[in-house]
Amino acid sequence: MQRVTAVALIPLSFWLIYFLGLSLTAPYQQTAVWLTSPVNTVCIVAWIIAAFYHAALGLQVVIEDYVAAEGPKIISIWAVNLAFLFLAIAALLAVFRIVSIG
Amino acid sequence: MAINTNRPTSPHLQVYKLPLTGIISITHRMTGIMLTAGLILFVYVISALAGGADSYTAMQALMSLWLFKLVIWGFIYALFFHLCHGVRHLIWDSGSSFELDTLNRYAMIELAASLALTLMIFAWGYYGL
Repeated sequence: MQRVTAVALIPLSFWLIYFLGLSLTAPYQQTAVWLTSPVNTVCIVAWIIAAFYHAALGLQVVIEDYVAAEGPKIISIWAVNLAFLFLAIAALLAVFRIVSIG
Repeated sequence: MAINTNRPTSPHLQVYKLPLTGIISITHRMTGIMLTAGLILFVYVISALAGGADSYTAMQALMSLWLFKLVIWGFIYALFFHLCHGVRHLIWDSGSSFELDTLNRYAMIELAASLALTLMIFAWGYYGL
């Protein structure tokens, strides 16, 4: 899945860059309208799922490489997975809130 | 599983001058970790948008501080670097281009491409300065 999400993220990064650019400079209405358009909603949701999953998998590899003791290794991998699950849920919920308002 | 504490400890990274490919390899990992931290910032930005016009404006004011601008440009360059070297890994996965001269040539292409992409975003102008 590291590879699958990596390939998915190559085109989807375009939507992240566009969304971030709008969020930092454009008026509220413009960003909200952009995100509410169906193609953009789908792509941002897909980006969120792929990116947070890719991040959790990547950090897991880093932890496995540098944390030698079994206990701390397993606990930190669980913590990372749970943290990214919660962050992804928070991001997805934000998207649904914006879409339901607009 | 028992851990064998009596293993050889080499290579000592401190006494080696890493080749360009080695520097890029560890940078790939470091940019990955940095991008991971950037995801928290993303959650903040999109939640501020979900919170309505007031929290959105407050977020923009915060992000216009030079420290955050630096973080955002660092995030964008890290993203493109990680993307370019990620593509390199996908090419390696196909089992090709492991020759030394190809390795060094690709390393230069990656660096140039990630810089060029960052400059493109700058020229695009949506991020301000």
